[in-house]
Amino acid sequence: MLVEVNGCPVYAYTGGRAFDATQPSIVFVHGACNDHSVWALQSRYFAHHGRNVFAIDLAGHGRSGGNARASVSEIADWLESLLDALAIERVALIGHSLGALAALDMAARKPDRVSRIALLGPSSPMPVADALLDAARRNDHAAFDLINDWSFSAAHQLGGSEQPGIWMRGNALRLMERSQPGALYKDLLACRGYADGVSAAGSVRCPALLILGQRDLMAPRANATLLIEALVDKRVVTLAGCGHSLMAEAPGAVLDALRVFLPSIDNPGT
Amino acid sequence: MSKPKSTHFDTLTLHAGAAPDTATGARATPIYQTASFVFPDCDYAAALFNMERAGHIYSRISNPTCAVLEERISALEGGVGAIAVASGQAALHLAIATILGAGSHIVASRSLYGGSHNLLDFTLPRFGIQTTFVDPRDLDQWRLAIRPETRLLFGETLGNPGLEVLDIPRVAALAHEHELPLLVDSTFTTPYLLRPFDHGADLVYHSATKFLSGHGVVIGGLLVDGGRFDWQRSGKFPTLTEPYSGFHDMVFSDESTTAAFLLRARREGIRDFGACMAPMTAFQILQGIETLPLRMQRHVDNTRKVVAFLAAHKFVASVGYPELAGHPDHELAQTLLPRGCGAVFSFAIRGNRDQGRRFIESLRIFSHLANVGDAKSLVIHPASTTHFRVSAKNLAAAGIAEGTIRLSVGLENADDLIEDLSRALYASSKLS
Repeated sequence: MLVEVNGCPVYAYTGGRAFDATQPSIVFVHGACNDHSVWALQSRYFAHHGRNVFAIDLAGHGRSGGNARASVSEIADWLESLLDALAIERVALIGHSLGALAALDMAARKPDRVSRIALLGPSSPMPVADALLDAARRNDHAAFDLINDWSFSAAHQLGGSEQPGIWMRGNALRLMERSQPGALYKDLLACRGYADGVSAAGSVRCPALLILGQRDLMAPRANATLLIEALVDKRVVTLAGCGHSLMAEAPGAVLDALRVFLPSIDNPGT
Repeated sequence: MSKPKSTHFDTLTLHAGAAPDTATGARATPIYQTASFVFPDCDYAAALFNMERAGHIYSRISNPTCAVLEERISALEGGVGAIAVASGQAALHLAIATILGAGSHIVASRSLYGGSHNLLDFTLPRFGIQTTFVDPRDLDQWRLAIRPETRLLFGETLGNPGLEVLDIPRVAALAHEHELPLLVDSTFTTPYLLRPFDHGADLVYHSATKFLSGHGVVIGGLLVDGGRFDWQRSGKFPTLTEPYSGFHDMVFSDESTTAAFLLRARREGIRDFGACMAPMTAFQILQGIETLPLRMQRHVDNTRKVVAFLAAHKFVASVGYPELAGHPDHELAQTLLPRGCGAVFSFAIRGNRDQGRRFIESLRIFSHLANVGDAKSLVIHPASTTHFRVSAKNLAAAGIAEGTIRLSVGLENADDLIEDLSRALYASSKLS
């Protein structure tokens, strides 16, 4: 579906289901230079299991118009505008990497709008090497290649996709290549510039789930330690053998962790 | 800044898609010889069927051994994924059936494998799909043949049997100018010699029966998606961008930005047409691919020696191999095929039809049969075999004369191959 946010069209994958006001809603937020399709399996599952799902393309990404935002707080503000446009008061936010930071920030600053957060591959701080940032600024393809190198665990660099027939590295690379020029640069600026993660985590009062990759080089588990300590109501799931591309490397395990964590009509208190 | 590390081609031929079996520790890829896979519970089963979970259901749709092969060829080609099918012809059919329907039109090179020509020229029109054949070297012909209902451009990396080198960058650019994909049959070259996606192609398929498996023991096909073509933006492919009532009104381009084609091909094409690959076949092709770089280099090295011998032989009228300076695509081949132009080529003897027959029947090492890409050297007379349904006019247009002989040079010692050819040429020349 398309919805207008701040005068620009925004695409949200809904699993092909119509909105049902009686159901809880989930917004999936992708990471740098990605789009809604990174959540294909998980978002489709919840769309067909009693939730309204909105797997969005962030502004300036995928099919959404407008410009990519260069700070996490701007993305979080944009997410609130999205909820306004959708006329939804409260959602569960599931974010990956940059999307996780945006979910965290929104949960801290707009607690009335967020019922729970699931943070996949979060990091605070989320450092970005100058050279990578510079390559992204120049729209140098090497930036995509480097991100791809760091996004999969060593084992998954050679494949082993749960999705039959999909070559994960190739798929991830093609998705990044489709991004608008300059989008990666702004995404990386947002990651690097977000200094409030731990402080934000301390302000979050809703339940939080962190899904970490045991072999994550992009956002090493150690970088989530302070976040975990600061969060009040949290649970942590570490996926063995996984890198940063958790939804591709272990789609089933990610779904299982989310199923346990997210409330449903049948089990609202879970 | 550290440089991106890309695993080398040779390493990918051995490892891509495979890991030691977690259950048993088996180092080789196990042959999952099973029709079906047990569901842990009903919700899980329903999620698998509705594409909410990844996994295997039934070996017609997917199989773990086939999946390793699919990942491996995708890695070698630089694509996003692949589907293993029953044959190269099944791969071509699956590609076409996934994005075309009655009323659609294809523009294809006229220098195609005879089986592909049959499908396009004689069979698909019965289902409402028409094809215009063009000289693969003439970009104007490609351009002029495109109609409003055209949905695909198609050619072979090396034409069969004339070895026309497809100018993939220019034909792909033309296709994209019209928001159309380019499908390439890369059987003769394999990704060791040419990776069509690097030059702009959108879909690639192989008869894996040939060089990929490499030993002439299986029939199989592989269809690979490059993942770059924007089906959504094109707006010409409703099978990928509009709800499909055959799968819960799924819009495949919504589900996957990069691999919508593969989703439809698997969820409809393999499901309904059923031309799947057997896991044993996938295993054998995987074994072949493990030595692909070594074999292809030897194929090319032997071919260069055989070509040099034939080109200098007084009873040989012509040799068609793009590495020869006189070949019309010599320059293009140097750009697109720097590692070599494969191991299949044709030549003509200075003789009549009977002398051609005598030549073939005098060979002792070359096997007279309908195949290419075997470890063993092969020979055939295209006009009476692979292309016998093609009209004389189209034969001539494809560069095939009655005296044309096609060789597939194998891995034997090149001196023995040359001795075999030399003896057969002598016997042929003495036939009055």
